[in-house]
Amino acid sequence: MGHAESAALFVRDDERTHWHDQALWFVRQKRDAGARSVPDWEALRERAEAIKAHTQSRMAEYLEEFERNATRLGATVHWARDGEEHNRIVHGLLQARGAKLLVKSKSMLTEECHLNPYLEARGIEVVDTDLGERIVQLNHQPPSHIVMPAIHMKREEIGVLFHDTIGTQAGLTDPKALTEAARQHLRQKFLGATAGMTGVNFAIAETGGIVVVTNEGNADMGTSLPPIHIASMGIEKVIPRAEDLGVFLRLLARSATGQPVSSYTSHFHGPRRGSELHVVVVDNGRSALLREAGFRRALACIRCGACLNTCPVYRRSGGYSYTWLIPGPIGSTLAPGRDPAAHASLPFASSLCGSCTDVCPVRIDLHHQLLAWRREIVARGLLPAGKRWGMRLASWLLRFTWLYALAGRAARFFLRVLPPAWTRGLSGAWGRQRELPVAPPESFRELYRRTRGQP
Amino acid sequence: MITVGLFIPCYVDQFFPHVGMATVRVLERHGVRVEFPEEQTCCGQPMANSGCADEARPLAEKFLRVFQGFDYVVAPSGSCVSMVRNHYDGLVGGRSGHEHLKAHSYELCEFLHDVLHVEQVEGRFPHRVGLHRSCHGLRELRLGAGSERNVPGFDKVKKLLSSLEGITLLEPSRADECCGFGGTFAVNEEAVSCMMGKDRIADHEKQGAEVIAGVDMSCLMHMDGLIRRAGKPIRVRHVAELLAGEG
Repeated sequence: MGHAESAALFVRDDERTHWHDQALWFVRQKRDAGARSVPDWEALRERAEAIKAHTQSRMAEYLEEFERNATRLGATVHWARDGEEHNRIVHGLLQARGAKLLVKSKSMLTEECHLNPYLEARGIEVVDTDLGERIVQLNHQPPSHIVMPAIHMKREEIGVLFHDTIGTQAGLTDPKALTEAARQHLRQKFLGATAGMTGVNFAIAETGGIVVVTNEGNADMGTSLPPIHIASMGIEKVIPRAEDLGVFLRLLARSATGQPVSSYTSHFHGPRRGSELHVVVVDNGRSALLREAGFRRALACIRCGACLNTCPVYRRSGGYSYTWLIPGPIGSTLAPGRDPAAHASLPFASSLCGSCTDVCPVRIDLHHQLLAWRREIVARGLLPAGKRWGMRLASWLLRFTWLYALAGRAARFFLRVLPPAWTRGLSGAWGRQRELPVAPPESFRELYRRTRGQP
Repeated sequence: MITVGLFIPCYVDQFFPHVGMATVRVLERHGVRVEFPEEQTCCGQPMANSGCADEARPLAEKFLRVFQGFDYVVAPSGSCVSMVRNHYDGLVGGRSGHEHLKAHSYELCEFLHDVLHVEQVEGRFPHRVGLHRSCHGLRELRLGAGSERNVPGFDKVKKLLSSLEGITLLEPSRADECCGFGGTFAVNEEAVSCMMGKDRIADHEKQGAEVIAGVDMSCLMHMDGLIRRAGKPIRVRHVAELLAGEG
């Protein structure tokens, strides 16, 4: 099923779709207020874009610099070509230490690598400790949003889920009580964990430190007790200098939720005393994307989710209508790079309104990227044949002015004389909820010639 | 005297001839000589936005040929002008006349505002008007600041419209959300497209608008289709009609 079909199912529940739309629009409004609180916001975006472009041009050097400095601080850096290798490395580390319970703070990368099922199949319990992510984990779902994983669920549904899974009282819907129940539940997991895992928001080449941004402090909870901290990062997370961090931190939380800064910005410079720190640097298709001059800008993404929140299509179709785990404009830009055939519908899941491009804190030209992917989909012969032939026919017809004028005249004639029920039927998807325009007797060119003489 | 090559998008030519005539009147009233090169058909945007560059290219070539030699090319459409200005590089980039075309194609309000420096438009439109900011005009041509960016506020269309006598301009609560037309998107993603359109209309209704006015007939055609199916009293009008004094 492509995006359009899944979206149509989502939209069928009008009330729920509007609820979803409004919840995310609220976040977009908070983002706007956050962005307006910084007078040099646009300059900051340009700065972030430039830092990312520079880093991309020297990616290998900065990654090696990061490795050297992280190693000097006592961390161990591992390199994984793909998701499978990443999972093998993580499992190897856990197995060697006999770890049976892994607490994990939010990481889209481990979702991308399908780490949880990999470890669970090998007898290791994985607990996602971000509240939203724990909710979708208990519900056996992937995140539907990259920053707010359970944004698609209403609190009543979470109440039922918690009652069924962690034994809260039936009918509990108070967000505070639900959160407190989750906190107590997670506290037990934190105390019993034998390994902690986090994602990485920024890896600083100059210092060898990594930075993890959360709102719940769960990254710190999960790494403070266990004797091993594993941090997974995509290669694109590296930034050159510590001073660059300020640029991104000012942009990230404001773009994501409108907060000036997230509640916790955790800096890990080497392992905690008496503990180990392992950083797994994952490629998984990223270096291939880096080679594509037309598409590499998408790698600058800092995963703030602003493009999802502003996207009028995402808000009205939900995260699960996308065929990849990262939904919305950025997901639709990244997914076809991995498998164009499997995600051929995603670049078309946009009205190309361009709002995503204007909210993006690192100025990825998202809607132009989507357009470029459409060309790539067509070039690879992945556009449905009917649509391609329709375009071929229209293009041919429009090359001949007389033919175009004749076809237009004929179309308007039939629209005027045929019964509305027929034309409505003939207009296909257009006419399901919309009337066709009222066909005038004369086209502009006819009217102009008649009233103005020969042009 | 400036001579403008009038670019009337194909669907405006066929379905909204009065918008084309209003554009002619507005331009002439501001002292511009208007020529309508009859050989024009379509700029190729439907093909280009579907990813069909090979199908769009011959139309871009034709467009470049037809509009050769004009001081300016002006159209009552932000979207089609954006196609010509921003998306012809990959189709006819480097061809003779492309750079001139790129630098001299304008959406109507933009032309009035930026080239003719019109501050005040004579005319009356004593109605409550909801301003629909079409996306390509807004974000590709920058006819206005846009709600996303932190830049000093401006709105070329609103500025021109607000000078009309008797007009009450109303802002929807979501200032510039997409109406969901999106070219082939309107049909490919019919369900989401129509919900977006209905939401936009409801927002304008909530503000008490009698008329939704915009610079792109395509968005207005989509919303008008929804409005007429639902039997609502609100109407759509192209900005050119208002500026031409056709209240």
